[in-house]
Amino acid sequence: MKNSVNRDLPEDVMKDLNYQPFESTEIGHPEIQRVAPKVHVSTGDDKVVTSIKQVIKDTLKDGMTISFHHHFRNGDFVFNMVMREIIDAGYKDLTLAPSSLTGVMNDLVIEAIKAGTITHITSSGMRGSLGDFVSHGGLKNPVIFRSHGNRARAIEHGDIKIDVAFLGVPNADALGNANGMEGDAVFGSLGYALMDAQYADKVVLLTDNIVSYPNTPASIKQTQVDYVVKVDKVGDPDKIGSGATRFTKDPKELKIAATVNDVIVNSPYFKDGFSFQTGSGGAALAVTRYLRQSMIDNQIKASFALGGITKPTTDLLKEGLVDKVMDVQDFDKGAADSMHTSANQQEIDASWYADPDNKGAMVDQLDVVILSALEIDTKFNVNVMSGSDGVIRGAIGGHQDAATAKLTIISAPLVRGRIATIVPDVTTVVTPGDSVDVLVTEYGIAINPKRKDLQKALGNLPGVPVYKIEDLQKLAEQKVGKPKPLEFTDRTVAMIEYRDGSIIDTIKEVKD
Amino acid sequence: MAENEERLRRTMMFVPGNNPAMVKDAGIYGADSIMFDLEDSVSLSEKDAARVLVYEALQTQDYGNAELVVRVNGQDTEFYANDVKAMVKAGIDVIRLPKAESADMVKQLEADILAAEKEFGREVGSTHLMAAIESAKGVLNAPQIAAASDRMIGIALSAEDYTTDMKTHRYPDGAELEFARNMVLHAARAAGVAAFDTVFTNMDDTEGFYRETEYIHQLGFDGKSLVNPRQIEMVNKVYEPTQKEILNAKNVINAIEEARLKGSGVISMNGQMVDRPVVLRAQRVMGLAKASNLVDEEGNYIEK
Amino acid sequence: MEIKDTAVAGTLESSDIQIMISKAADGIQIDLQSDVEKQFGDQIRQVITTTLNNLGINAAKVKAVDKGALDCVIKARTIAAAQRASQTTDQPAWEVL
Repeated sequence: MKNSVNRDLPEDVMKDLNYQPFESTEIGHPEIQRVAPKVHVSTGDDKVVTSIKQVIKDTLKDGMTISFHHHFRNGDFVFNMVMREIIDAGYKDLTLAPSSLTGVMNDLVIEAIKAGTITHITSSGMRGSLGDFVSHGGLKNPVIFRSHGNRARAIEHGDIKIDVAFLGVPNADALGNANGMEGDAVFGSLGYALMDAQYADKVVLLTDNIVSYPNTPASIKQTQVDYVVKVDKVGDPDKIGSGATRFTKDPKELKIAATVNDVIVNSPYFKDGFSFQTGSGGAALAVTRYLRQSMIDNQIKASFALGGITKPTTDLLKEGLVDKVMDVQDFDKGAADSMHTSANQQEIDASWYADPDNKGAMVDQLDVVILSALEIDTKFNVNVMSGSDGVIRGAIGGHQDAATAKLTIISAPLVRGRIATIVPDVTTVVTPGDSVDVLVTEYGIAINPKRKDLQKALGNLPGVPVYKIEDLQKLAEQKVGKPKPLEFTDRTVAMIEYRDGSIIDTIKEVKD
Repeated sequence: MAENEERLRRTMMFVPGNNPAMVKDAGIYGADSIMFDLEDSVSLSEKDAARVLVYEALQTQDYGNAELVVRVNGQDTEFYANDVKAMVKAGIDVIRLPKAESADMVKQLEADILAAEKEFGREVGSTHLMAAIESAKGVLNAPQIAAASDRMIGIALSAEDYTTDMKTHRYPDGAELEFARNMVLHAARAAGVAAFDTVFTNMDDTEGFYRETEYIHQLGFDGKSLVNPRQIEMVNKVYEPTQKEILNAKNVINAIEEARLKGSGVISMNGQMVDRPVVLRAQRVMGLAKASNLVDEEGNYIEK
Repeated sequence: MEIKDTAVAGTLESSDIQIMISKAADGIQIDLQSDVEKQFGDQIRQVITTTLNNLGINAAKVKAVDKGALDCVIKARTIAAAQRASQTTDQPAWEVL
């Protein structure tokens, strides 16, 4: 069975899991029935407990689905605290459905898989030892990878039915009103966790900071929360920042960023009231800085900035160059603190951000997005999930979702070390080429041939050579040589859903 | 002096010769000249490795239209002879001699290059050379150095060694370099070769970099040696001709073309004769305007 | 060219390869560590072997730690290491460059 991006899909797995092959980036106008959680009625006076063990015992049964958020990133203490108890209590056959998995969780996930505690996983991504473990066939059932918008869709559909959500927060009152902005381990927006709070049957908050009632502003509300667990520490503030928030001095990254800015400024979308999403990473921050200067020079202001937010973006808000920041996640403390002080920095949940099955999501209104790529192929398909060795080492994040913007720019170096970024066929298709418009490299740009308007607008920029993407691919190959094809077994270790829930690609077990 | 006098040489980017990542990527930043360094940026124990690395990179990597320069080790070192041979064999455009103090040193380099060209079957005369002036003696002998060889494409002031020799150091206002800059520039112009200003190393002082570049641009230097690719754009900006200069140059070029069509030896514009310096300046301005993407293929100014 | 010593060239920086060459009884034995072993391992070994053969070395033990080097870098580091190991750094093998 092949889908519309020409990927062979294993018929047996597709049938077992009741999946359709990916067809199109168009969502259409279907009617959707959303699900609702069970509510265990209470006045709320008895929510505060101190024993995680007891809460787990009261809520969890074998075979259930548990969830976590990843807003603490590598500073997360909550995941390991809870998972330790679950493994030790001997639970079996659980489905792990976090918003994503960060490196700090890897060891216990692997231990839980080996113990039979976790038998199914759905996540935005995974890296390091866990990606390696899964790619080598460590988990029997294929991991389901979903974008942030798609996770929201799957939860609303009931494809992901969360029985118990364990959500760490830097503050909460005794009834469970909580936000991500105050306390020791602050991370700002609770965007991804809001889905779990709204749809899980049982919602367990874990916090090191119980504040007086009623706690405002409340992102998670007492109407959603079953337990508030007091713990010593929910996270390490120093490791919550994504680290990639320093302005790059790498001349190659700066050159790419300057070219990205040239593309934006010369596109038809760069006008007063435009909107953009830049993401994190050194090059993205550099783009934000160049864009700031171009906005000042051209007297243009943006109506909103979207997605994962960094301090350079909230600085634009302060300067009045951006009217609103629509914030699903904060990558650094500066951005998190800004949410506290600025009414124009709106916390949004993953559904509002990017769920395709919606009455309109923010990404549908987005003009310009800059995204990265591990690989991009001559059909403009992008891989952000598997490394050049075929091993899982990435996350979809909001990639597929934000790529629906009117101008989707992929910024990537032509080669990294000896690995070509531009290839004849990506190892794993995550975002279909149909939703990608321009590729920016340090050598020049390539424009998706179906965007004739952009070919015209960007075809003649001074100092920005335009290549056919096939020529950039050849240039890359000329530099690094032709790699030996990767070898995989027939076994499927992961399914990549497109944001509509169809299958865009699969990942096979690597052969070593 | 070597031909190709009107070649643009605004930016000469230094690339440490033993750093594969930088050697490999040197071509992507749009420097007019790329200078691979075998001298000061390479430790004594790595001189052999850097030489081979630069050699192999020159055989395989595409550096576009940039002029390729190698700074060899000084004539008083054991590395000099093999550096020159290897780089001539590699087909380098220009060999840069450090610490040039006399015309004889240049003549020695010329002879060594000639021998290497013959040994490796390279076209005689195809390897150009340039000299770096790094001492009081070098500055005082600059006119002889600049005129010492037909292969000479330019001379460069190297301020770090020079200021040490002068028992001073670099100051923000550059007063300590005033005499040397003017000597090097005059020597270059008198010999009909290019003049390169020294490096500016404080990457955090953007304002200072612009101030210095504007100053040497005003003096008349062809360009500047650079330690970081990020400086290329800044130098190019300083060297951008103004709209007025471009429009005027375009008129002169049109007048030349008109005279050529008429078969007339005299170029006139608005009824006045255009003399040679004006023609040369116009050609230089158009070259800069093209390189700065300020004019289209026909030389018409592009409104921003 | 005859290998007299154990010698190293290259660094562990990104885009470089560190090559250590020492004496061996016969054949070129290469111990390669590389993040791109799967895709380029054979090619890297090939470049090292060919370069050594061209230098007239048919027996050597090579330990290579690759950090994503291109072929031209692999060749350069192999030549530099071999010349050091054979104590011929002062007389570059012009015919092999």
